[in-house]
Amino acid sequence: MSELAERLLVGDRRALARAITVVESGGAERAELLSRLHGHGGQAHVVGITGAPGAGKSTLVAALAGALRDAGERVGILAVDPSSPFSGGALLGDRVRMGTGEGLFIRSLASRGHAGGLSRATADAVRLLDAAGFSVIVLETVGAGQGEVEIMRLAHTTVVVTVPGLGDDVQAFKAGIMEIGDIFVVNKSDLPGVNITARDLTTMLMLAPPRPWSPPVIQTSALKGEGLDKLVKAIGDHGRWLREAGRWEGRAADLALCRFEEAFAELAVRRLRAVAEASGTWQAAAEAVARGDLDPYAAAEQALGSVSGAWTSV
Amino acid sequence: MRPIRVLVAKAGLDSHDRGAKVIARALRDAGMEVIYTGLHRTAEHVIQAAIQEDVDVVAISLLSGAHLTVVPKIIEGLRGQDAGDMLVLLGGIVPDEDVPPLREAGVAAVFGPGTDTSEVVDFIQGHVRTGSPA
Ligand code: B12
Ligand SMILES: Nc1nc2c(ncn2[C@@H]2O[C@H](COP(=O)(O)OP(=O)(O)OP(=O)(O)O)[C@@H](O)[C@H]2O)c(=O)[nH]1
Ligand SMILES: [Mg+2]
Repeated sequence: MSELAERLLVGDRRALARAITVVESGGAERAELLSRLHGHGGQAHVVGITGAPGAGKSTLVAALAGALRDAGERVGILAVDPSSPFSGGALLGDRVRMGTGEGLFIRSLASRGHAGGLSRATADAVRLLDAAGFSVIVLETVGAGQGEVEIMRLAHTTVVVTVPGLGDDVQAFKAGIMEIGDIFVVNKSDLPGVNITARDLTTMLMLAPPRPWSPPVIQTSALKGEGLDKLVKAIGDHGRWLREAGRWEGRAADLALCRFEEAFAELAVRRLRAVAEASGTWQAAAEAVARGDLDPYAAAEQALGSVSGAWTSV
Repeated sequence: MRPIRVLVAKAGLDSHDRGAKVIARALRDAGMEVIYTGLHRTAEHVIQAAIQEDVDVVAISLLSGAHLTVVPKIIEGLRGQDAGDMLVLLGGIVPDEDVPPLREAGVAAVFGPGTDTSEVVDFIQGHVRTGSPA
């Protein structure tokens, strides 16, 4: 694990890719690897890109990443897609639109079914890219569910992408994605209707409760490479604003606390379960649940009650 | 157990993508995480994608006849980057006489037209380690 960490720190991409697999897999190896990397990184600007399926996020991410790379940034991309709830497999197609991605590091992550687990694996992967020296990390997710909103919390700057002519989109905005956007992009500006959509968005933003940062609305054509300079500038502006407003460090602390809580919960569950299993109460409770003799809540109380310790009285 | 990760790759000027998509979907339905490269990738791009995605399997689909040049190049590139352990599969239009030199070069198996996708699933599941990484 320490060799992997060393190689990652000197920019070995094979090692970085392997390390992402390690954090995705979880367990003791993840903990060891991330501990080794503590103190490295902390400089990367994390940019989240979210929006409806087919809005052009991947195309935009690739175009944006190219523009950032040309401006001297080292860009890493994490593209997150849901796993199939039926097979557990996933078809990760974002690379198709990202072209050859020359000089970029692109990694596709699947949600693997566990709620909350996705945002955690993504958070860990962001940590790794940060430690590996990427100056901008772009996250792509389909902005559908709560999980995605969670992931977007990892981002310093959240870009919400919409396209002209989707009446439903405005509805989707009302449902919550509106609040998380720091920058709004109307992509596919080469198609008709872009001005109407941009105007609708601007109106909605004006009607929303005032925020310390006023999100700009930017029109792009990811396909034709138009409007990217404005987007690059807006992302830079937002990053500067966060630093000047003293929000950058606060976020890092919040995220670290969040990881601490998750790590604590995981450790606690693993250790308590091991004790309950060793005494057989876990198995007894599980079997009673399976037979229908005991309801799951009472069973959990029973299994846990058998593990003695100062905390049992809480 | 982490899912098996597979890169389904198309290289060169070959635009036949039905087979690649059929295979990609079948592997997904068998519980694997499939990353599709899209069309017209260079060997170098396929190598980079395989490394970055840290896949267990590189599944190349070629119907253009370029397999004898492209495939060994990909395998060499993977070996040069400490990824020689990835399982390399090839499918598409490959004349019988080309199979031995491809196997020699490191292709684990070649699948032609009419392949039942369950055959491919079984082959991968039978040949890939699914223990913990690193
Ligand atoms: C449909 C087709 C097309 C379509 C493609 C549409 C598309 N989006 O895919 C179109 C019309 C565009 C087309 C164009 C051409 N085609 Co064409 N085409 C075919 C055809 C009739 C069927 C291919 C197909 O889709 N099969 C269905 C899929 C599901 O099967 P498959 O790809 O074989 O995949 C299966 C297996 O091979 C395997 N498999 C495939 N890939 C992989 C990968 C892995 C990892 C694994 C494990 C398994 C696996 O599993 C799949 C499921 O069983 C074949 C003839 C044939 N019978 O194969 C010719 C054929 C492939 N075409 C051929 C040619 C020459 C061309 C053109 C050059 C014609 C021209 N002169 O313009 C162009 C080239 C276009 C280009 N730039 O690549 C030749 C290739 C000759 C060669 N390699 O020596 C063929 C063999 C016809 C022939 N007999 O001459 N073609
Ligand atoms: N006309 C036009 N089409 C675009 C533009 N950007 C992307 N597209 C097209 O929109 C389609 C979807 O693009 P993607 O980049 O895959 O969209 P996405 O939002 O990443 O899609 P998912 O990841 O599946 O949610 C593709 O056919 C793109 O070529 C644009 O600026 N103009
Ligand atoms: Mg996408």
